[in-house]
Amino acid sequence: MSDKKAPLLEMKNVSKSFFANNVLQDINFKLEEGEVLGLVGENGAGKSTLMKILFGMTVIKETGGYGGSVLINGEKVQFDSPFDALKAGIGMVHQEFSLIPGFTATENILLNREPEKVSVVSKVFGSRLNTLDRKKMDEEASESIDKLGVMIDKNMVVNQMPVGHKQFTEIARELSKKQLKILILDEPTAVLTEKEADALLESIRGMSKRGIAVIFITHRLHEILDVCNKVLVMRDGVIVKETAASETNVDQITKWMVGRDNTASAKVGAGRARLSEQESEVIMSIKRLWVDMPGETVRDVSLDVFNGEILGIGGLAGQGKLGIPNGIMGLYESGGSVKFDGKDIPLNHPRKCLDSQIAFVSEDRRGVGLLLDETLEWNIAFPAMQIHNKFLKNYLGGLIKWRDDKAIQEITNKYIDSLQIKCSLGSKQLARELSGGNQQKVCLAKAFALEPRFLFVSEPTRGIDVGAKALVLDALKKFNRESGVTVVMISSELEELRFICDRIAIVSGGKISGILPADRPSEEFGKLMISNVR
Amino acid sequence: MKEKSFASKIWNLFRNNSVPFMFIIICAVCIPISGFSLNYLLAEIITRIARNSFLILSLLIPIMAGMGLNFGMTLGAMAGEIGLILVSDWQIWGIPGMVLAMIISIPISVLLGVICGKIMNLARGREMITGYIMNYFINGIYQLIVLYAMGAIIPIVHSSIILPRGYGIRNTVSLLSMRQSLDNLLAIRFGGIKIPVMTFAVVALLCLFIVWFRKTKLGQDMRAVGQDMEVARAAGIDVERTRIISIVMSTVLAGFGMIIYLQNMGNLSTYTAHSQIGMFCIAALLVGGASVDRASIGNVFLGVTLFHLMFIVAPSAGTVLMGDSMIGEYFRVFVSYAVITFALIMYETKKRRTSSLAGRELALAQKEADK
Repeated sequence: MSDKKAPLLEMKNVSKSFFANNVLQDINFKLEEGEVLGLVGENGAGKSTLMKILFGMTVIKETGGYGGSVLINGEKVQFDSPFDALKAGIGMVHQEFSLIPGFTATENILLNREPEKVSVVSKVFGSRLNTLDRKKMDEEASESIDKLGVMIDKNMVVNQMPVGHKQFTEIARELSKKQLKILILDEPTAVLTEKEADALLESIRGMSKRGIAVIFITHRLHEILDVCNKVLVMRDGVIVKETAASETNVDQITKWMVGRDNTASAKVGAGRARLSEQESEVIMSIKRLWVDMPGETVRDVSLDVFNGEILGIGGLAGQGKLGIPNGIMGLYESGGSVKFDGKDIPLNHPRKCLDSQIAFVSEDRRGVGLLLDETLEWNIAFPAMQIHNKFLKNYLGGLIKWRDDKAIQEITNKYIDSLQIKCSLGSKQLARELSGGNQQKVCLAKAFALEPRFLFVSEPTRGIDVGAKALVLDALKKFNRESGVTVVMISSELEELRFICDRIAIVSGGKISGILPADRPSEEFGKLMISNVR
Repeated sequence: MKEKSFASKIWNLFRNNSVPFMFIIICAVCIPISGFSLNYLLAEIITRIARNSFLILSLLIPIMAGMGLNFGMTLGAMAGEIGLILVSDWQIWGIPGMVLAMIISIPISVLLGVICGKIMNLARGREMITGYIMNYFINGIYQLIVLYAMGAIIPIVHSSIILPRGYGIRNTVSLLSMRQSLDNLLAIRFGGIKIPVMTFAVVALLCLFIVWFRKTKLGQDMRAVGQDMEVARAAGIDVERTRIISIVMSTVLAGFGMIIYLQNMGNLSTYTAHSQIGMFCIAALLVGGASVDRASIGNVFLGVTLFHLMFIVAPSAGTVLMGDSMIGEYFRVFVSYAVITFALIMYETKKRRTSSLAGRELALAQKEADK
């Protein structure tokens, strides 16, 4: 009450750390009624964490809460669950749809908030036996669809809707909440066609006129300039720039987003790039690949990989970079053609890929990468045993095969030494008991033990600390240089790709938007990343 | 182009309803071989619809709540049997006896339903097998009560019910004085066929209840929970409680259903009556075209008709073809398991087909972009 007009929302010195790892520091901003705030930043810049704090997601509390304070109308608030945030008038539309597939738009918009009719039965047996007031439901749904300003069929069942309409249904659901004051939209236009996106921007303007404040997260920068009053640029957990949208442009924002100190690019392992392009033959030729990996759809990708190079594949999350190795290795349904060393590789057959000496280190360490309840020895030797009959002793002319435990132990110890895997019990330790970084090293050792000619490495440094990161990258580089193995590395961190790769392909909207030598300035990559985001 | 789509429509209709179609064909082949008259068949079918449909209808509510074809209803059947044993000992017959047995069964059904629901909340996604195994466990407790506690702790006096040794219930309990008391109430005869009007009225009432229930807030919550538990939870629906309520409703209704079933049969096989009832009900529902996550009242009646038509004609068709009527009984059990297995496989393949559809759409979009 001290202020004459306290801002609708204010964040003061908000910080958050996960396990001594600072992901947010010193966040300060204000949001007024009816204001549209654009929030941009690379993956891992802290946007999602910030929104999770604001929306009271339980994961924040479970990991030790946050520092600083969040004020609504000048009063300090503390949300323990999203329901508290909803009561305070905050609505959020997540990237993943949160809709009941067999319900109509109306039923979804009013889910668990249906208008009810009291009957004799419900007076006796409690309010859950009230019947639904379908007529009123229709009215309320129509009303919120009108507010949205986009035509969607309120009687259409969700799983028959095009994706865009699902997105609008979610937004309509938030709008139907009477107490809504702040609406968070997390990449709402990612799944929309251009026309639908325009309609959404129009509807955001409408909301703002009605006094609803909108926080708009997107990778499509021109949309930010179109509709926002204010832009917040985040990088590495801090707000690097706060500016009025009318005073900036796409190039400038891109620079703020990726622009680290440019001295880092001196470390880039370039020079080899042009060499490999001219002299090396193509070892893998990908033609017209599509992959149906949920959230990482790949559309019509054609790509040549040269023998002996390290090729990086980068891009923003959800744009399809992870789909490429997962599709080729047969973990998700895919189509198109892949030629390796002159021979066609049949798709959707993981075994065929492994037989042709292609190995894959998955981004899903714990799910796909490791046998968590087995020892390191088993983890490292198992695929080599299975695929190439290594570490086996043959008896009776190969009729009986016995594990060669001694050889297994030797090779495991070799990798424990060379990759500096920290394990207190040596090669007999269970994979589950290792830290994330060391588990990643085991995954690499497993792939190295296959002695492949071609290696896919997906997000090898995700979720591991700086020291382990450097080691993993060095190991990969060494493996490439010394054994002449072609490496394709997929990573969300551009700087890391620029550090290790010869060439970098950027994936955007499921397609390759460009391939550049690694020594080009990061702004050029940044532009490619957002070129056809969808 | 149009003709092709018509043909594919027919093909789709067949593929989505392959189980009912298969049974229609089996029945169509067996009926002429068995040599039964149409009148006889009609009379038998009507009896069996009246006898079984209440039990099968009790399966619908858990399916709506996404708990699949679980065997929780068998627990309700046990509760119904305990009620019947007690009222026969008290010598309360006819409709009052049935009503009293139903009242006694309610608290037992609720208790078993809550236990079952809690366990199923722990074993999400594996409700069917959990329920099936749990039946063996609860069956053990049931036998303990019926075989040792009744007569010893729970007073049972009538010598036609209790074992000569002084405790425990005989293998069969005669319900002769209760036999078809509901069926015969207001029954009419139509060309030699008895139509049990009152039983049908009770079944119709239950159907109306289910239709009404779907429109209630609780029904809507159950549908939401059944389709996506996480979304329902995020919307503030108490998922666990809703699931337990659905199982409790199912066990209570199954208890009533079992009493209606047994009053038609006229006697109760104390230790075996409930053991296969769950499986036959599930098989009948699947024959009617239901699947693990979708079942309607129409499925119940189509299923009970086709499934029992086969049971009536198969033994005599077996006698004609093989000279052995046992083949029919063998067929009954064999087909029930086969139907359930087949339906589960169909359910999985359907799920897989929808997921590969997304891939094909991608390939198609790519092809179209070429043009």
